[in-house]
Amino acid sequence: METALVLSTIARALAFSTPLLWAALGEIVAERSGVVNLGVEGMMILGALTGFIVAQSSGDPWLGLVAAAATGAAAALLHAFFAVILRANQYVSGLALTIFGLGLSGLIGRGWVGRPLRNAMEYVSLPFLVDIPVVGPVLFDHQYALTWWGLIVAVALWFVLQHTRIGLIVRTVGENPAAADAAGVPVLRVRIAAVVFGGVMAGIAGGFLSLAYRPSWGQGMTNGLGWIALAMAIFALWDPLRAIFAALLFGAFFTLSFSLQDRFPPQLLTMMPYLFTILALTLTSLRKGDRSFGAPEALGEPYARGER
Amino acid sequence: MRAVTKRFPGVVANDAVDLTVRRGEVHALLGENGAGKTTLVHILYGLQAPDEGAVLLRGREVRLRSPRDAKAAGIGLVAQHFHLARRHTVAENLALALSDTPMLFPTRALHGRVEALARRYGFEVDLHARVGALSPGEQQRVEILKALLQGAELLILDEPTSVLTPQEADRLFAVLDVMKAEGKGVIFISHKLGEVLAVADRVTVLRGGKVVASRDAAGATAAELATLMVGRAVSRGRADAARPAGRARLSVRDLRVVGPRGEPRLDGVTFDVRGGEILGVAGVAGNGQAELAQVLTGLRAPDGGQVRLDDVDVGGLGVRDLFARGVVHIPEDRNETGVVGAMRVSENLVLRRHREAPFAKGRLLDWREVGRHADGAIRDYAIATSSRDAVTRQLSGGNVQKVILARELGGKPGLVVASHPTYGLDVAATELTHRLLREQRDRGAAVLLVSEDLDELMDLADRILVLFRGTVTGIVDAVGAQREALGLLMAGDRTPLAGDDVDDGGAARRDAP
Amino acid sequence: MIGRYKLERRGHAGPALVWGVSLAAVIVAMLLTGALFALFGVAPLAAFATLVDRTILDARGLSEVVRRAIPLMLAGVGLTLAFKARFWNIGAEGQLLIGAVAASGVALFSGLSGPLLAPAMFAAGFAAGALWGLGPALLKVRLGVNEIITTLMLNYVAIYLVRWLINGPWKGSSLSGFAYSDRFDPAAQLPTIGTTRLHWPTLTLAILAAILVAWLLARTRFGFEVRMMGESPEAARYAGVDFFRTTLALVLVSAGAAGLAGVGEVAGIHHRLVDPGSLSVGYGYTAIIVALLARKNPLGALVTALFLGWIAASGDVMQVALRLPSQITGVTQGLVLLCIIGSEPFLRYRLTRVPAAAGPTGLAPGGEAARGGETS
Repeated sequence: METALVLSTIARALAFSTPLLWAALGEIVAERSGVVNLGVEGMMILGALTGFIVAQSSGDPWLGLVAAAATGAAAALLHAFFAVILRANQYVSGLALTIFGLGLSGLIGRGWVGRPLRNAMEYVSLPFLVDIPVVGPVLFDHQYALTWWGLIVAVALWFVLQHTRIGLIVRTVGENPAAADAAGVPVLRVRIAAVVFGGVMAGIAGGFLSLAYRPSWGQGMTNGLGWIALAMAIFALWDPLRAIFAALLFGAFFTLSFSLQDRFPPQLLTMMPYLFTILALTLTSLRKGDRSFGAPEALGEPYARGER
Repeated sequence: MRAVTKRFPGVVANDAVDLTVRRGEVHALLGENGAGKTTLVHILYGLQAPDEGAVLLRGREVRLRSPRDAKAAGIGLVAQHFHLARRHTVAENLALALSDTPMLFPTRALHGRVEALARRYGFEVDLHARVGALSPGEQQRVEILKALLQGAELLILDEPTSVLTPQEADRLFAVLDVMKAEGKGVIFISHKLGEVLAVADRVTVLRGGKVVASRDAAGATAAELATLMVGRAVSRGRADAARPAGRARLSVRDLRVVGPRGEPRLDGVTFDVRGGEILGVAGVAGNGQAELAQVLTGLRAPDGGQVRLDDVDVGGLGVRDLFARGVVHIPEDRNETGVVGAMRVSENLVLRRHREAPFAKGRLLDWREVGRHADGAIRDYAIATSSRDAVTRQLSGGNVQKVILARELGGKPGLVVASHPTYGLDVAATELTHRLLREQRDRGAAVLLVSEDLDELMDLADRILVLFRGTVTGIVDAVGAQREALGLLMAGDRTPLAGDDVDDGGAARRDAP
Repeated sequence: MIGRYKLERRGHAGPALVWGVSLAAVIVAMLLTGALFALFGVAPLAAFATLVDRTILDARGLSEVVRRAIPLMLAGVGLTLAFKARFWNIGAEGQLLIGAVAASGVALFSGLSGPLLAPAMFAAGFAAGALWGLGPALLKVRLGVNEIITTLMLNYVAIYLVRWLINGPWKGSSLSGFAYSDRFDPAAQLPTIGTTRLHWPTLTLAILAAILVAWLLARTRFGFEVRMMGESPEAARYAGVDFFRTTLALVLVSAGAAGLAGVGEVAGIHHRLVDPGSLSVGYGYTAIIVALLARKNPLGALVTALFLGWIAASGDVMQVALRLPSQITGVTQGLVLLCIIGSEPFLRYRLTRVPAAAGPTGLAPGGEAARGGETS
């Protein structure tokens, strides 16, 4: 009996971790290039909204997903403009986008509240894995495609960052932009690209919420997930593989808070992930002594050739 | 074969400079701070464009508009501040710099090439090591490798030995020998005479933007070069004779400061500064002077040893306590540390004294007193500012320094720690600073003056302590000191002291069993 | 470098320029809002006229503007102090809620009554809010943990704490629909001006707070050190500023001020602990805009709080009179913030022309040569 509970918790955690993972991966790339993007929450909610609208109108949730990604990219472009080109304070710029995004999505989304998505994304069943005794039917049957894609993208990102030239360029821009510049790398362009990528991922994360997980639209439906994804990126020490683990961990927390509802007050359990985030950050800071972990050296600092 | 000729007249930084470097030649570029060496080299590397004149490579004029052009032309630069991503491996840093790095697994292709190259030049390099874990010497080797991999035929090294130990420096020279044999040209910027004589084939001396000499290194002496660099045969006559000093006010014994990687920044430093004396601290930057100033002013706690001020143990006390005991600090970085640029002149004039009367009454600040004090200071020190409420950022360097001097020296300090106080100042401001320091000395304060300007030290100081690699190589009387002797001490060479009855800072005591 | 022009660091931006640029940012945001009106089929000028008529020229409307501004003033003033020291306190929302919780606790359970009750509530609210900020402050000074995330996370914790209380232990005995606590004793309800909802004791507190913070910054050693820390941490260290104690003190004040705002809301408006969504309509986040628009000036924050309070009050008018969605206020707030950010570069940089033939100017291209023996 207990095994079933554990397995179903993991399964639900997997589903819940999906938007966290997608958003965190995007943020990891952006921060690896040296730019902090606090606008993740705003990009997610805008993505959720446009995804829903397009999917509802067209009947195709995947088209909605594309729209969600595009919206995230557009919002990220704005952040990149402020933070990278105008060299404004990256933290404030991202925050502004979140406030704006939340407001704008509330505004535009008024007409779409309440009605469920007529054609939502469906579960997929992984062919061979689903036949594995005991584990198979629980874990590999009722998951969304985006969940598995998220894992694949995470691994792919890890590979790209560690083992390709593009990844090397992105990382160097975040570590020592002057060195990258001296080597002929177009630092600003790389940063803009990384931020936009982050926006795309955040948009997809939001799209997942409104197109698959809870196929509907509600004001503020991201509920701070974007912020958690932000903390996750740090907790995962900017590594895509660790992000998978972190996402599952946070996802488990959320699901547990629901399933233990009869034993504990739900609100107190829902608090847990946020408190856990603080704990995670504290642990990360405690490990800062070891210099191989830690933030990209140039994180948060605008780059201008010649300025120190 | 000529590798480079450069000619541009009429610019303040470089005035009609001709420089010729031949193949297979190590050419040293000598000069003091501000002589124009770095500007010249920036032009060669495409970071600046000359106003007049031209750069010729192998007899043909080239236009270098950016480092990329320079690299394509076969010119490489190893700068003083390395362009390396510390958290990345050596292989990753090298791979980034090359243009033909493959998309996938960018570092794999390097192995063969790098190993061959490294072997040719006689050094080993661990491609998998993280750059941050390497010593400065090893990091420098990575930079050299980078330049070589990019096809440099002419390598420019800007003050390469400033971060190297003697052994590492020797290894560097061996590498240069191999380059020479291969017909590459090397431009070696330095202001260390000893090295230049050891390694260069030809020497060009710059002074005030002009070439004052360009000759073969063979047969030159350090004395000659020093003279050429500075333009004076002997140091200027001192403004006053050495004074008999009082008792020791600052006593440092066996001071030890350890850096982030556990390497010693100061090791066994022992000296006294007496009341009514100026002790100059000479040495190439990076040899422990910064750490010494930090410990003495409370910005850093010592890792070992003892510091006593007026016979009271003060090692480890913080800034506030030391300031309260009369230790003032004229910091190295006057704009970022010495003043808060965004605050007013009047505020900066009381920056460290804002907790004491008459500026503070309990928890409150008495702005009227502050204003009065500011008016007085502006008048006494002739600080050029539009008003006492002007934002300090707007002041010129000299006036910012005046603000700092007015503030620090206004309270009858017991120990004045001055770090490079005249760096970047014009003549008038420099004169004022010197006068004020002398005044403090005459008052009976102990003054510690850290400077890279040997002239300044020889003029102002009563005794000069030389730091090298965190240890005291010697303490000599300033009167009658010879530049060459000091230069050698700065390079770690103690021979000038052999047979002298000069105080060597306790080295003898330490070496004795 | 962009073409023939170059962005060059400006030495210093005088106060006239600062206020001028801020004003320009606000005007641009208003213009964009007007465009938004047009998009919804309402003529912008007529819309603004109606808004002004109902919110400023009408006594009741004006009282609503001021009422909305009160928590913004308190929290905003607190934030100016924190922001001055570059402590990015994003947790005003949570600190406000916690202040409300503490005040409610005192009102419902302390057994106090009469004239003592209200002051006790305020004191409790201040203390609770301050404590809510203590954690992130400690984590930042001791471990360098990013305060933006820690304060933000505590916002959510606070929200769920309130929800738990009003659904659980503090569940009201008379419910109809939404959850809330019992009604407060009349002694715990703040007096208001006339028939409006303007609870003037909190307003007075807000104004006093602004004066206090302004005084702290201008006239005390503490304020001097706070300014140093914010402008130049290096110089602050050199001057012997105790980062630990100073940061702790200013965060406590800042968070406490937000707590007071929360007390005002429960004691002055709702008279019970209600759902977080009704209790604070994003006041904590809007307070950030208040502080930034006022360029971290506490007295200026009073003005900008009124402005943003006006935007919020306009939201109601918009719905009723103009049949525009109230969410426009959120968008406008975001626009104001974006415009402020967009205007920053005008203060920091200046567009200069680069002469056609670049040449060495006697300085290395990196500006000042670094220390450490670098030559020129």
